[in-house]
Amino acid sequence: MKKITGAYAFIEALRCEGVKHVFGYPGGAVLDIFDAIMDAPDIQFILSRHEQGAVHAADGYARASGRVGVALVTSGPGATNTVTGIATACMDSIPIVVFSGQVSTNLIGNDAFQEADTVGITRPCTKHNYLVKDCEELPMVIKEAFYIASTGRPGPVLVDIPKDVMRGLISFKYPDKVCLEGYCPTYKGHLGQIKRILGTILKSRHPVIYAGGGVVLSNASAELSALARQLHIPVTTTLMGLGAFPADDPLWLGMLGMHGTYAANMAVTEADCLVAIGARFDDRVTGKIDEFAPRARIIHIDIDPTSISKNVQVDLPVVGDCKGVLTDMLEELRDKQHDVNELHHGVQPWLDLLEQWKRDHPLRYEQGTGLKPQYVIEKINELTPDDAIISTEVGQNQMWTAQFYRFKAPRLFLTSGGLGTMGYGFPAAIGAQVAFPERTVIDIAGDGSIQMNIQELATVVQYNLPVKVMIINNGFLGMVRQWQSLFYKGRYSHTSMAVSPDFVKLAEAYGARGLRVENTADVEDAIRQALAIKGPVFVDFRVEPEEDVYPMVPAGAPINNMLLV
Amino acid sequence: MSMKHAISILVDNQAGVLSRVVGLFSGRGFNIESLSVAPTLDPTKSKMVITTTGNEQVLEQIKKQLNKLINVIKVVDYLDKDYVEREMILIKVKAKEQTRTEVLRISEIFRAKVVDVSPASYTLALTGDQDKLKAFIELLNPVGIIDFVRTGTIVMEREMQAKRRTDS
Ligand SMILES: Cc1ncc(C[n+]2csc(CCOP(=O)(O)OP(=O)(O)O)c2C)c(N)n1
Ligand SMILES: [Mg+2]
Repeated sequence: MKKITGAYAFIEALRCEGVKHVFGYPGGAVLDIFDAIMDAPDIQFILSRHEQGAVHAADGYARASGRVGVALVTSGPGATNTVTGIATACMDSIPIVVFSGQVSTNLIGNDAFQEADTVGITRPCTKHNYLVKDCEELPMVIKEAFYIASTGRPGPVLVDIPKDVMRGLISFKYPDKVCLEGYCPTYKGHLGQIKRILGTILKSRHPVIYAGGGVVLSNASAELSALARQLHIPVTTTLMGLGAFPADDPLWLGMLGMHGTYAANMAVTEADCLVAIGARFDDRVTGKIDEFAPRARIIHIDIDPTSISKNVQVDLPVVGDCKGVLTDMLEELRDKQHDVNELHHGVQPWLDLLEQWKRDHPLRYEQGTGLKPQYVIEKINELTPDDAIISTEVGQNQMWTAQFYRFKAPRLFLTSGGLGTMGYGFPAAIGAQVAFPERTVIDIAGDGSIQMNIQELATVVQYNLPVKVMIINNGFLGMVRQWQSLFYKGRYSHTSMAVSPDFVKLAEAYGARGLRVENTADVEDAIRQALAIKGPVFVDFRVEPEEDVYPMVPAGAPINNMLLV
Repeated sequence: MSMKHAISILVDNQAGVLSRVVGLFSGRGFNIESLSVAPTLDPTKSKMVITTTGNEQVLEQIKKQLNKLINVIKVVDYLDKDYVEREMILIKVKAKEQTRTEVLRISEIFRAKVVDVSPASYTLALTGDQDKLKAFIELLNPVGIIDFVRTGTIVMEREMQAKRRTDS
């Protein structure tokens, strides 16, 4: 068999994995692979302007499309620049594979030029990582990397490839299966346990489903909706779960947790049966843990055994893939029509009560003279097509989007939930736009966050990616200012963003378009105009500087203890 | 309640695996009291034995996290198992005119071996479970301990017990 270099074997392996797009940035240690990429017109390479941007783009690509995102960077600083992106993907269980160049094996450990212990640095923030020491191992390692990233509870995998491995010669053969004795995720839920949880649900009178990002990751939205509708169980989701259940369904309660809706937080507090599906009882969701769902039998369906009974003692756990377990539940229900009818009858007063809470305490904001950020989000929601993909930065912009944009399907909302990474939204939107060139992709940004990866403006211009960035410009690191206002006696220590660039001129300087909106009356037109432009656009919405996000549960308080507008 | 646990972990015998395992403990502020690692009968795998103390819930979480590591094949907590436990200690004690016979007498009772002698010291080697080692150290204390090194505990499930479990 003809021998090829490690670099060409790398390209062949990506082809075998069906990779069509790679995000990244070159450097000395990866020159060989970059050279080989020139001979692979079937793999589109997108040059970011910072390695963090490349990894977030691969992450946004993965969240929007469900396919594994791929990034390629050089050794040393290239690799260390990926750490925030990898940690972001790790916290939200996103399947990406990051390839980093490394100095030649004979130099490793010598403090060689641009050497970093990349595997050591990324060990705690990857699902798994590899240092490839021998060219012959490369195909198997790549196969395993994609397999590990995309199966079980997904997550980022890093593969560190020394320069001599890229240059070594091998007879390329891509393995058709992996053999990992220590890795066999449980997909199928235990049937006896599934029967028991159905028994508990059918006997409940105040049931609530609490769904998380796991439902999106396992593509189980249809099954979740079917179960909720069939049993008449109201649904709340976490930030990561938004879109897993359609926001226009009468059973939808809104998001729960620190900035959750009144109805969702009260429902969980009063529930007698809480069905957690693909969620992990994060502290932003539970508030004071001892008073979370105090009256409920807690059922927990999750593919990751480490999530179960980690923060909250679970009464009935099922380890398995959300989609598989929900499918089995629906199947089990087929001959239980009598019990289902009973349940419908039994939960009606509960549903009536929830309706009343929704009516009495909807998400709302005070009308004022200035431009209201919530109004901007409502208008974006109104004017974008149903399949628009929305990413956010972190802070108030993110919470208002979660509250006021009504996601009707999964994989439309891209946000850094677990790590809360400012600077995530713009590059993530780039990744989503690469995956779906024809769809509307919007980053709802903050004036602080957007400056953390603003260099990616050059990327959207270079590839003519029509990403729209809607900057909710309040002149503050708004969410931090809100905490200072509520819990630090209004002492605004270093949260002013009064000195910021003119975002319109900045966009134009990069060759993109820029629009500015100062009045409520101009919002609609500006959004329409931005959506109509075929290229990238920045819209600078000058909103009320000191608007706060409500409801809000103070950190550490029980979630029924909400500050309301 | 905090209990002492001996956890054995079967892993791939590869570079970096030890730091993945140890990282799980240190990342959670957990102290490892003893650790031993060596290849098994199958040289592609290693067996680690870690002893640690901690509350049930945290340990449960650590065991799950260990299982989640790709290179970890099997995790066994010996807390509620019948097992054989051994550790070795090398201990150097002062050998003065008045105490020489006392040292030799103690080491005989414990069936320790004298592995090195100098005009001023004895070095003794002893294998046993934790309690035995502890008693040995305590008895030698008055004589004057210069230094000691311990290997960390290794454990193995008792065969009778293992059989019974598979039978039932
Ligand atoms: C990288 C990073 N640094 C710091 C923080 C802490 N932080 C959370 S929200 C926030 C303010 C964000 O400001 P902006 O982007 O203007 O959004 P706003 O809250 O004003 O909508 C900060 C600093 C963070 N989440 N990420
Ligand atoms: Mg701001």
